[in-house]
Amino acid sequence: MADAAHEHASAGTPPGALQHHFESMAQQKDAASLGMWVFLVTEILFFGGLFLAYMIYRWANARAFAHASLHMDIALGTTNTAVLIISSLTMAMAVHSAATGRRRLLIGFLVATMILGAGFLGIKAVEYTDHIHHHLFPGPGFHYPVPAEAKPAELFFSLYFAMTGLHALHMIVGLGILTTLLLMARRGRFTPEYHTPVEISGLYWHFVDIVWIFLFPLLYLIGRHLH
Amino acid sequence: MSAAVHEPEPPEPRDNYLTSAYGVRSWLLTRDHKRIALLYLASINVFFFLGGLFALLIRLELLTPEGDFVQAETYNKLFTMHGVTMIFFFMIPAIPAVLGNFFIPMMIGAKDLAFPRLNLLSWYIYVVGALFTFWAIVHGGVDTGWTFYTPYSTASSNSHVIATAVGIFITGFSSILTGLNFIVTIHTMRAPGMTWFRLPLFVWSSYATSLIIVLGTPVVAVTILMVFAERVLHLGFFDPALGGDPILFQHLFWFYSHPAVYIMVLPAMGVISELVTTFSRKNIFGYKFVAFASIGIAVLGFLVWGHHMFVSGQSVYAGLIFSILSFLVAIPSAVKVFNWTATMYKGSVSYRTPMLYAFGFIGLFTIGGLTGLFLASLGVDVHVHDTYFIIAHFHYIMVGGTIMGYLGGVHYWWPKISGKLYPEGWAKFAALVIFIGFNLTFFPQFILGYLGMPRRYHAYPEEFQVLNVMSTAGASILGVGYIIPLIYMVWSMRYGRNAPANPWGSTGLEWKTTSPPPTDNFETPPVVTEDPYVYSHEEVEVVG
Repeated sequence: MADAAHEHASAGTPPGALQHHFESMAQQKDAASLGMWVFLVTEILFFGGLFLAYMIYRWANARAFAHASLHMDIALGTTNTAVLIISSLTMAMAVHSAATGRRRLLIGFLVATMILGAGFLGIKAVEYTDHIHHHLFPGPGFHYPVPAEAKPAELFFSLYFAMTGLHALHMIVGLGILTTLLLMARRGRFTPEYHTPVEISGLYWHFVDIVWIFLFPLLYLIGRHLH
Repeated sequence: MSAAVHEPEPPEPRDNYLTSAYGVRSWLLTRDHKRIALLYLASINVFFFLGGLFALLIRLELLTPEGDFVQAETYNKLFTMHGVTMIFFFMIPAIPAVLGNFFIPMMIGAKDLAFPRLNLLSWYIYVVGALFTFWAIVHGGVDTGWTFYTPYSTASSNSHVIATAVGIFITGFSSILTGLNFIVTIHTMRAPGMTWFRLPLFVWSSYATSLIIVLGTPVVAVTILMVFAERVLHLGFFDPALGGDPILFQHLFWFYSHPAVYIMVLPAMGVISELVTTFSRKNIFGYKFVAFASIGIAVLGFLVWGHHMFVSGQSVYAGLIFSILSFLVAIPSAVKVFNWTATMYKGSVSYRTPMLYAFGFIGLFTIGGLTGLFLASLGVDVHVHDTYFIIAHFHYIMVGGTIMGYLGGVHYWWPKISGKLYPEGWAKFAALVIFIGFNLTFFPQFILGYLGMPRRYHAYPEEFQVLNVMSTAGASILGVGYIIPLIYMVWSMRYGRNAPANPWGSTGLEWKTTSPPPTDNFETPPVVTEDPYVYSHEEVEVVG
C-alpha cells in the first residue's frame, strides 16, 4: 500500500497526504471536490425549505411583506453585502495563493477573510439588537406599529430571523473552518500539489455568500419602491 | 466479472477484517466500512425489535373492540413510537447502512468508501439521534403520529415532540452523510474496468437511493427545524394562529417522506435483483432497464408527494396531477417485477433461503404496488383515506418490500460477512413463518379498511373483531418468525460451518475474495474485464 502511495504521489506531496484507500492524489482530490459539491446540493435544499415558505407567504401577503421590509436598516444591509462579496474575493485569492505555493499570502488572505466574516457577524448582531429593541422579534413580545398588518409582519420577521439566523450559523461554521485552515497553513501543510482543503472550503464560503446574495433583496429591498 | 486473481479459491490471508484487531476501541474507532456496517447492524436491530414491541402492544389492544388494554393516550403514543422507530431508525438505514456500507466498496473493487471517517461519524450521529428519541420514549413518549402534523405538533401536543424531533433531525444527517459517501464512492472509487454498466444492480439501486437521501433529507431537516422554532421560539411558520399555513408543513413533510418510501424499498429491489439472478443461474433480464428503473423511481418519487394530501384541502387540480404522476411510478416498478420474472423464466431456480425471500418480496410488493394504484385514484382514495386499507398497503410495500429484501440480503451475504454458514433448514422454516405471519397480519387489514375501520383509534365496532383477531394472531406469528433468524444467526457465528469464498457460485466481485474478507477487501486490487452477471455461459457448482 505504502509503495503504491509513493509511486503515485508526486514530489511535492506532503507525506501522509494520500490516504491509504485511494490509488492516487488525483482520485483523492476528485472525491473531496465531488463530496463538497454534493454537500452544497444538500445545503441548497436545506435553505430551500425556508425559501419556499418565504415565497408562499410573500405571495399571500405581498403588501404587508413589503411594508415590513422597510424596517430593515438598508445601510447596514448594503454594507454587509459588500463585506461578504469582498470576503469572497479574499477567499478566492487565498485559494490562488495556495495553488501557487505562496504561504505568506495564503495566511494573509485567510486572515482577511476571517476579519471580513467576523465583521459581517458583528454588523448582523447590531441589526438583531436593533430589531429586538424595537419589539420586532416574533412571539409574545412582538409589537408592530400597524395593527392591521401585525400578523403577516410577524410572519415576515419569523422568516427573517430564521433565514438570516441559519445563514449566520453557516458563517460561524465557516469561521471555524477558516481557523483550521489557518493553523494548517501555518504548519506548511499546503503545497501546489496538495491544497484540496483550501479549495473545497472556498467552495463552501462562496456558497454561504451566494445565499446572502439571495437573502438581501428578498428581505431588505422588496419595499424600497414604496419610498 | 473476473478479478486479477484467477485461482478458484483466493489464498487464505493471514488476517481478515474481524481478526485484524481486537478490543472495544478497535470497533468504536474503526474506519473500516465492514466493521461500521456491523455497528449499524447491531444498532438497527435494537430499534427493529423495539419497534416490533410497540407493534405487538398495538395489536394486543386491537384484539378486543373495547379500549381495555391501554388508554387512548397511550395508544396514540404506541403507534407514534412504532412508526418513528421503524421508519427513521430501522427501515431508512437498514439496507443502505448495513448491506450498502459493507458491499458497495467490495462490489466496485474499492478498499473502502471514499470518506471512512465520515462513515464512522454517520454511525455516531445515528446513535446520538437514537438516544434522543430513546430518551423521549422512556420519559413518556410522543403522541403526534410519525407525521408530526402541525398545528397539533407545534401548539397542542404536550408530549415529547421536541426530543423526538431533534432525534430525527440528527439522524437525518447520518443518512445524508451515508448517501453522500455512496455517491462519491461510486463516482470516484470504481476499480479499473468497472464501467457504469458493469456495476451490479445493487450498486445502481443504492446510487438511486443516495440521490433521494441527498435531495430529500435536507428538506425534512429544515422542516423539523421550523417546527422546533415554532414550538420553542414562537416563530410562526405553520400555526394559523401565528399567521402560518399547516398545509405548507404537509407539503414539506411529504416532499421528503414520500421519497423516503423509495429510500426504504429501492435498496431492497437492488438486493432482489442480485438474488434473482444468482439463484436462477441466469443473467438478469434487461440489465439497463432494471438499472434505469431505479433512477426512474428516484426521479418520479419526488413528484408524487401530494397523493398523501388528497383530502387535506390542496387544490383539486394539484390532486389530479399528483394522481397521474403517482400512476406513473407504477411503470418503473413494474419493469423491475417483470424483469425479475423474466430472469427466472427457464432459469434453473434453486430454492435457497435468500431466494425464498426474493419470492416473498415479489409477491408482497406486487400486492402492495397494485393497491397503491387504488390509492392513487382520487375517488377511491377519498373513500379509504386514513383507514386500515392504507395501513395494509404501506406495510405490504415497506415491510413486505424492505424487510423481505433486508432479510434476503442478510442471508445471502451472511457467509461473506461472518465467514460462517447459517443453518439452511431453520432459515427456510423462518422464511416460511414470516411469509405466513405477514399475510395473516396485513391481508385482513385491507378488508377492515375497505369496510371502513379508521386508523389510529384504540377501539372499534364489534363487527370488526374477527378480522382484528386474525391480524393479531398473524402479528404473533410474524414476531416469532423474526426472532428465529436472530437466534440462529448469532448461533452460527460460533457454531456455524466455515463458509467458502463463494458459497452460491455468484459472479460479483465481493465473492472473489475470502470469507470474511481482509481489511482492504482484496489481496490484490481487482481489474474488471466482464459484465456483472455471467451466469448464462458457465456451469458453476453450488457449494454449501
